[in-house]
Amino acid sequence: MTIREIDERMTALEEEKRQDGLTEARAHEMEQEYAALCRACDSVTAHDNVFLARHRRRPKIDDYINALFTDFFVQRGDLLSKEDQSIFGGIALFHGIPVTVLGHRKGKNINENMKYNFGMPEPEGYRKALRMMKQAEKFGRPIITFIDTPGAYPGLEAEEHGQSNAIARNLAEMSALKTPIFSIVTGEGSSGGALAIGVANKVYMLEHAVYSVLSPEGFASILWKDSTRAAEACDLMKLTAQDLYRFGVIDGIIPEPACGAHHNPAAVYKAIDRMLVREFNAMKRMSPTDIAKARYEKFRNIDRLARK
Amino acid sequence: MSLLDKIKKKKAAAPVQREVPASQGSGLNVLSQAAEDMTEVLNRATEAPFVYKKGPDPHGSDMFTCTECGSQYVITEMRKALYICPNCGKHHKISARRRMRNLVDPGTFRKLKAVMGDVNPLDYPDYEAKIAELREKTGMNEGVLAGVGEIEGQKAVIAVMGSEFLMGSMGMAVGEMITTSFEVAEKLKLPVIIFTASGGARMQEGILSLMQMAKTSAAAKHFSENGGLYIAVLTHPTTGGVSASFATLADITIAEPGALIGFAGPRVIEQTIGQKLPEGFQRAEYLEDHGFVDEIVRRDEIRGKLSQILRLHQKKRRPTL
Repeated sequence: MTIREIDERMTALEEEKRQDGLTEARAHEMEQEYAALCRACDSVTAHDNVFLARHRRRPKIDDYINALFTDFFVQRGDLLSKEDQSIFGGIALFHGIPVTVLGHRKGKNINENMKYNFGMPEPEGYRKALRMMKQAEKFGRPIITFIDTPGAYPGLEAEEHGQSNAIARNLAEMSALKTPIFSIVTGEGSSGGALAIGVANKVYMLEHAVYSVLSPEGFASILWKDSTRAAEACDLMKLTAQDLYRFGVIDGIIPEPACGAHHNPAAVYKAIDRMLVREFNAMKRMSPTDIAKARYEKFRNIDRLARK
Repeated sequence: MSLLDKIKKKKAAAPVQREVPASQGSGLNVLSQAAEDMTEVLNRATEAPFVYKKGPDPHGSDMFTCTECGSQYVITEMRKALYICPNCGKHHKISARRRMRNLVDPGTFRKLKAVMGDVNPLDYPDYEAKIAELREKTGMNEGVLAGVGEIEGQKAVIAVMGSEFLMGSMGMAVGEMITTSFEVAEKLKLPVIIFTASGGARMQEGILSLMQMAKTSAAAKHFSENGGLYIAVLTHPTTGGVSASFATLADITIAEPGALIGFAGPRVIEQTIGQKLPEGFQRAEYLEDHGFVDEIVRRDEIRGKLSQILRLHQKKRRPTL
C-alpha cells in the first residue's frame, strides 16, 4: 500500500466511525484495520514525508493560530507598497503572554491557494514579516514563526522589487533581534523562502515535515535535468526531520499521529503548546542581548555536526 | 625541482615593489596601539604571502572568439584586456585567481587559512572526487579565494568567488570562508570586499548549504553593527542563495557590466509566469535602474574605484574644519 492509499483508507474509516448505528463487531473490525494501517505508517520514506508535508488537509497557519493563541490581532502590509497575503500574522496572547506570531499561508482550498499565492511570498511578504518582528523586538514580545512554503515566488515583479535583498535582509536582521524567536516547520520548508522567517533561537519540525535547500522537483531538475526523478531526489537530499535533527540543524521533532497531523490535529497542537511552554521557560531568565547572542552563535556553528 | 623550490624561485623573481602612495598608510599601521596584536592575528589567520601558480587558461590556449560580437583575438591579448572584449565590451569569464592578481598590489596578498576539512553531508555520490578534480583543475581549494591584501596601499580583507569551481556554489566551505573573512576583518578593523560569482546554494550539500545563507548573513550583520565597511562587487552570475544572503547586504554595491543578478533563474521565472522576460532582465543595468546597485564598473576600472571607496572611508587624517 502506498502512503496515499493508507491515508485515504484511514480517512474513510474515520468518517465511517463518526456515523451512528455501527454494530459492535463492525466497530471492532474497523479498529483493528485502523491499527494495522497505523503500524504500516511506522516506516515512511522521505518521499512519503513530502506527500504528507504537502497534504491538502494538513493543519495550516490559521489552525495553529486558532488553537494555540488567544486575542489574535492581524497585522497587514509592509508599510512600503503592498499587502502580501502569503505571509499571515499579527499579535496574540500565548498563555497570557503577548507574542508576535507569523508564518506562510498556503490556504485550505484552491480558491484560498490562489488568493494566498500558495504560500510563496514576494519581497513585500518578507518585508512585512520583518517589520512585524522588529516591532516585536521593540515591545519585548517573543516571536513564533510557522514555516510552510514551496519557496519564494519566482516571478518577474518579485525580482524587480528585490526578492534577494528582502530575504537577505530578514536573515541578517533576525540574527540580531533582541527577543526570543521560535520557529516550527509545519509542512514543507523549501529554500531561502522558508529560511527567511526561520533564523530562530529554537527551530522545531513536525515529524513528517520536510526542510530542504530546494523542492525535490527543483533539486532533480538542477542536478539531473529531470524533475520527474523527485522521489529519488528525496532520499538523497536528507530532508526529513530525523535527518535534520541528526545534522544539528533543528533542535527537536514534534511527534505526529500516524499518517500525518491531519488525522488528529488536536494532538499536534497540544505537543506544540507543550514545546513552546518549555522553551519560553528555558529562555525566561536570559537577557535580550544574550538571547541575540545565543542565536548568532547557533547559526555561526550550525554546521558543526556535519563536519567530519 | 620540488614545489617549495619552485615557490622560492618565483618569490625571488617576483618584484616586491609596491605602489603605495606615501599619503595612504595601510589600515594596520594606523591602529598603532594594538598593532602587535593585529599582526599576530593576521599571522595566525593567514598563510604566507600568496604565490600564483600558472594554471591552464579556461578559455583555451590560442584564439578567443567573443560570444557576443564574434570578433576574434589572440588569447594573450584577451588576457591582457582582463577578458573584456576590446570590440564590444562584453565581460567574459575570468578566474578568481586571475581576478585577485589583477586587483591587489603585487606581493601583498596573504591567503586566509582554510579551516574546513572535506565534507559530504548527503553522502552525495562521487562528490569528494569531483571536488578533488576541481582543485586540481582550478588551483583553488574551494569556490572562494579569500585573504588580506592591499589595493593602492589600503589594506582590506578580499574574497573572490570563482564560477569555475562548481559554479561558485556556496557549500559549507564557502560559507565558512566568507564568514571567516568578516570575522578576521572585524578583528583587524579592516574593510571587507567580496566579489560574488555564484549559482547559489550548493545542492550537493543539501540543507547545510541553505544554512550557510543564515550564517554568512549573520556574519555580515555582526560586522556591520561593529562599524565595518563592506563592499560587494556582483559579477556574473550572482544568483540564488548567494544573492539572497551576504551579496546584497553590503554598504556599497557595485556590479560588473552585463552580470546576471537575481534570486530565481530566468528559466524558472519564465516557466512560472508563462511569458518571455523583457530584454536585459536581471542584468546589472536592469538592477541599477531598479535601485539595487550603486554603480556599474568595468573590470579594468574596478581597482581604482575600490581604492576611491576605501579612501572615502579612511578613519585617519580627517581634517578639522
